[in-house]
Amino acid sequence: MGAMSSAIPQEKPRTNYLNHKYGILSWLLTVDHKRIGLLYIVSISAFFAVGALYAGLIRAELLTPDGDLLSTEQYNRAFTGHGVAMTFFVLVPLIPATLGNFLLPMMIGARDVAFPRLNLLSWYMYIGGGTIAAIALLTGGIDTGWTFYAPYSSRYANGSVLIALFGAFTAGFSSILTGLNFVVTIHKMRAPGLTWFRLPLFVWALYATSLIQVLATPVVAITLTLLGLERIFGVGIFDPALGGDPILFQHMFWFYSHPVVYIMILPAMGVMSEVIACFSRKAVFGYKIIAYSSLAIAMLGFIVWGHHMFVSGQSAFAGLLFSFLTVLIAVPSAVKIFNWLGTMYGGSIDLSTPMIYAMGFIGVFTVGGLTGLFLSTIGIDIHVHDTYFVVSHFHYVMVGSAIMGYLAGIHFWWPKMFGVMYNRWWGRLAAVITFLGFNFTFFPQFVVGYLGMPRRYHFYPEEFQIWNVMSTMGATVLAVGYVMPLFYLTASLINGEKVGANPWGAKGLEWEAADSPPHHENFEATPIVTQEAYAYAEEEGAVVH
Amino acid sequence: MWEKLYNDFSFFPEGASTLAWEIDAIYLFAVAITVIFTLLIFVLMIVFAVKFRRKDENFIPKPIHGSAPLEIFWSIVPFIITQVLFGWGAYIFFKYSNPPANAMDVHVVGKQWMWKVQHPEGKREINQLHVPVGQPVRLIMTSEDVLHSFYIPAFRIKRDTVPGRYTSMWFEATKEGEYHLFCAEYCGNEHSRMIGHVYVLSPQEYDEWLQTEENGPNDPPAVAGERLFSQHRCDTCHSPDGIGRAPSLRGVYGSTVATSDGARVRVDESYIRESILDPKRHIVSGFEGTMPTFQGQVTEEQVLELIAYIKTLGAE
Repeated sequence: MGAMSSAIPQEKPRTNYLNHKYGILSWLLTVDHKRIGLLYIVSISAFFAVGALYAGLIRAELLTPDGDLLSTEQYNRAFTGHGVAMTFFVLVPLIPATLGNFLLPMMIGARDVAFPRLNLLSWYMYIGGGTIAAIALLTGGIDTGWTFYAPYSSRYANGSVLIALFGAFTAGFSSILTGLNFVVTIHKMRAPGLTWFRLPLFVWALYATSLIQVLATPVVAITLTLLGLERIFGVGIFDPALGGDPILFQHMFWFYSHPVVYIMILPAMGVMSEVIACFSRKAVFGYKIIAYSSLAIAMLGFIVWGHHMFVSGQSAFAGLLFSFLTVLIAVPSAVKIFNWLGTMYGGSIDLSTPMIYAMGFIGVFTVGGLTGLFLSTIGIDIHVHDTYFVVSHFHYVMVGSAIMGYLAGIHFWWPKMFGVMYNRWWGRLAAVITFLGFNFTFFPQFVVGYLGMPRRYHFYPEEFQIWNVMSTMGATVLAVGYVMPLFYLTASLINGEKVGANPWGAKGLEWEAADSPPHHENFEATPIVTQEAYAYAEEEGAVVH
Repeated sequence: MWEKLYNDFSFFPEGASTLAWEIDAIYLFAVAITVIFTLLIFVLMIVFAVKFRRKDENFIPKPIHGSAPLEIFWSIVPFIITQVLFGWGAYIFFKYSNPPANAMDVHVVGKQWMWKVQHPEGKREINQLHVPVGQPVRLIMTSEDVLHSFYIPAFRIKRDTVPGRYTSMWFEATKEGEYHLFCAEYCGNEHSRMIGHVYVLSPQEYDEWLQTEENGPNDPPAVAGERLFSQHRCDTCHSPDGIGRAPSLRGVYGSTVATSDGARVRVDESYIRESILDPKRHIVSGFEGTMPTFQGQVTEEQVLELIAYIKTLGAE
């Protein structure tokens, strides 16, 4: 992106967004996108801890085929709590609300998002929804599974179903508002000279994500409302005993909940483009193809929901069509991976922590994406649907890839956020442990799934035990990988090495035109963009080899 | 212990239906594709990371902005692979979507938390399914409460059972033995206990099993259905000669009827069920919708028996 007409002043500004105001209210009432981004990082981390605790309980329980640690009721509540916390309160907002909030205005040379107060309202909707969901979990929890399938959820399940529905419903508005804000911001607030095809690919990914958030989330809000109406008033919508149709619920639920997977993965792909370009010190190979493939994935994502329903009783022809459309998504996904490899080819590759996470992402996402092909192929899905094969597949995509992408981004932009560098060796070690632990946890689940172990089973036949023991051992390793950054990143805030504006030598307005940590208004003056993104070779004085 | 571990260390479940090897074959193909591409990508990534590692801090590599031939190449190759998988998977799906004409109909009703099964000869069982080897079996399934899913890993099939409608699937067992039966759709507290066994028997053993007194003797569904038909006085309107307030049911199964709202409906199990429980929804044209609902007066199993009886009216 590069050369600015307005030079950065020689002496550093005395204040930055972290210290220009103090006090708890200056955080809780802030309209600064950077502070809101940090609020999200803290609150999402808290929900991640809750979801991870449930995951730990599940894995510990499944060490043995008998239900000896938890009662069946507790087990069913544990996997539901895990799913609700992780999908609605961690993975959906994970990258857009944290890194997206922090970086989007800086990447496009703006002072803030288009609607700063709306941005704060998004966070309060998130916290409101999260509090409501936490109340649901504390007042007995729910055992419907995060998918809330009717008529079990509407007429049969006990527990705080309504409260949990309301929590997810409320958090949905946070997502809609963030998406809306980002779409307007990207359209209207780009710096002079920053044309669409000069945007960093992370911004393209956020744009595609925001469209999904705005268009799909209202559908889940409607679905959850109808479910609530049926539960409270007995309005017959989904329960056949009342004249409703349970398959309708699945159509409506997956119309949102399939695109939501792309809300999770597209921003992570955006982070990949930034990190791989920076640590290969090279322009992204096939920039436009990557940008368009994000839009293609977002659009295709809306017309594939029926692949969740091949064995649910939908018509054979619907199954055929959804199978055909679903396998197509493999094409833009594969194209992205090949373009990242093309970016690495001939580069000057620095295996810093973010790059190791990024390479881990590529490895995990390749497996996650390819196993998606198994599930979209009807012939295979008849057997593996609702088994641990599915569980493993979506963890490869939603956890392995999305969280790996998030961690790559956090480690990449950490020096920008706080002006300090963490211990790079601890960082590299954590990245490797996370990658190994993740595969160790979830690979056995592919096997046990093909062997026929259904998901959401508290008790299981003995012959599946060996795979479950492996998976639980892997989860222990993975937990170490996830906890390590908490320590060395926190330590870096206390005694980390101070770094300048651009410690990685990266391209992009957030690196080249803003301080570390940035000024609370981001830039001294509005930057003017005269270059394409990732113009590593066009730098003044650069000798291209 | 080691021997047990060794025996459990298997990547494939036992295969015991005509479908099993076909699904294993396409699965193996997909595994091969996955292994090849994962290795390709991973190895290239590691090779690049080593070969192009940063040796000189000031080195600025020459940018490559893209390559149209490469983009086309690596779009088309995945496209072709996905189409092969899609086509092959769809072929298997359609090949097995319609049961052979000689399939034996077995009724399955799921409820929290058990599977209730009834054989054409009338024998009932719970959380078990006995079938003869080499005989196509069609399961006509429904649920009394929430969603369940009837899953037999050794046969590589599953299908949800949905309250308020029928779903069906069929298989032909190829190997005698005892196999797992699971509920695969989460259905509440005892979901993981809604399991049982499928016993594949030789035809003689199956016949002997049908004669056992376990669960008491039962009439075949069609016979029980005929009794219900007269108990509920269905025959006063649905008279066999077709001169009544309601259409004759003789030969109606499998036919297509015109309804008063101008639609054409195929008379299958689901339509007959709907006509018993919600008769006003699709009224046959030319008749007044005077039939009351029998919702609450007949159980799901009795509806299945009535259907079995009405099907025999077609066969005469």
